[in-house]
Amino acid sequence: MSTQRKALTPDQAAALVPDGATVMIGGFLGVGSPRRVIDALVARGAKGLTVIGNDTGRPDLGIGKLVVAGCVARAIVSHIGTNPVTQQKMIAGEIEVELVPQGTLAERIRAGGAGLGGILTPTGVGTSVAEGKQVLTVDGRDYLLEKPLRADVALLHCFEADYYANLTYRLTAQNFNPLMAMAAKVVIAEPDEVVPIGVIPPDHVRTPGILVTHLVERPH
Amino acid sequence: MDAKEIIARRVAQELRDRTLVNLGIGLPTLVARYVPDGMLVAFQSENGIIGFGARPPEGMEDPNLTDAGGGFISALPGAYAFDSATSFALIRGGHLEMTVLGGLQVDATGRLANWMVPGKMVAGMGGAMDLVAGARRVIVAMQHAARGEAKIVPELTLPPTSARPVSLVVTDLAVIEPTPKGLVLRERAPGVSVEEILAATTAPLTIPDTVPEMRL
Repeated sequence: MSTQRKALTPDQAAALVPDGATVMIGGFLGVGSPRRVIDALVARGAKGLTVIGNDTGRPDLGIGKLVVAGCVARAIVSHIGTNPVTQQKMIAGEIEVELVPQGTLAERIRAGGAGLGGILTPTGVGTSVAEGKQVLTVDGRDYLLEKPLRADVALLHCFEADYYANLTYRLTAQNFNPLMAMAAKVVIAEPDEVVPIGVIPPDHVRTPGILVTHLVERPH
Repeated sequence: MDAKEIIARRVAQELRDRTLVNLGIGLPTLVARYVPDGMLVAFQSENGIIGFGARPPEGMEDPNLTDAGGGFISALPGAYAFDSATSFALIRGGHLEMTVLGGLQVDATGRLANWMVPGKMVAGMGGAMDLVAGARRVIVAMQHAARGEAKIVPELTLPPTSARPVSLVVTDLAVIEPTPKGLVLRERAPGVSVEEILAATTAPLTIPDTVPEMRL
């Protein structure tokens, strides 16, 4: 059983993300992103991060804030279309962007957290995504070998956390969060609510507290 | 009836009862307005929900409940919310009957391009490549031409979304079906002639003896 832990402030959490680290950040256009920790990273002036997430949000939303603030050197994402700053910085050579199909991104993160050597997906066969990748034919169908992703730190948003940091997620704010919780050395979760141990029924726990390294305090 | 309504109404006729359907961002989302009476269609949003409803009243929005475009939605009774791995397992695993996507170009073999214009617009593929690779039927819903430039072309000049041909292309002028022998003109929009369609299309089109009007 996980031990009861002390909640960190967003600033304390941001201090645990070293410059140059590879960081997974949950969320889909900012929904399910750890907004307070992102703001704290911007305030700290983090530098050289490799960010893995669904998208680069908007200039004032989600991962987009980190891009605008110059915290990001490299982004591994499925979509940048809602953030013109990402596109400008990419064209100017200030940021490197690896575009990954969304389902492939989810499975690469899942594979990283599940100890798999990669996944085989039909997505991207015959497109620019296939460049430089192995194509394997299984029972007559072609698949791309896509390698697992892991990170130094995962920054998650969750709905509830109990004092053990058992986590629940809410509606469409789940997205990549439960997958990323499995795929990083240090896992930091930012909850909307903190509840006593026992309030979350075991069947409702989506990420067990034993996987969560640090819990951020609830919003004031 | 404007161009978008023609397209959305015609695509809605492709819906089948008790199936899972994914509508892309933009024009395709209009299809949900024209579900035939009495038909049960489960709409998936790839950010993690099946069974979403209209935007809630002002002040009732939930920051944890949006569609894939980031717009606020509601959840219908019986809705199901899930993570991104589950979402794309539904898409790739043969569970999705149909997806409706916007398009920048479709070529003579039925291949779709819809995620980037080199040197101009790099949006990223988001979920589009998985949707085209995985859905049982892929319907492209788009304007037939853009600012006078043909979008149904002999060969893609933009990067393809998938090597797999789409199932059907529905535009404000026509319904076109990609087949192993090339593109076949199946229907005309009300009041539109075959000649007008040919003039707006640079890909070769097979014209059957009769090309009925869409029945909207």
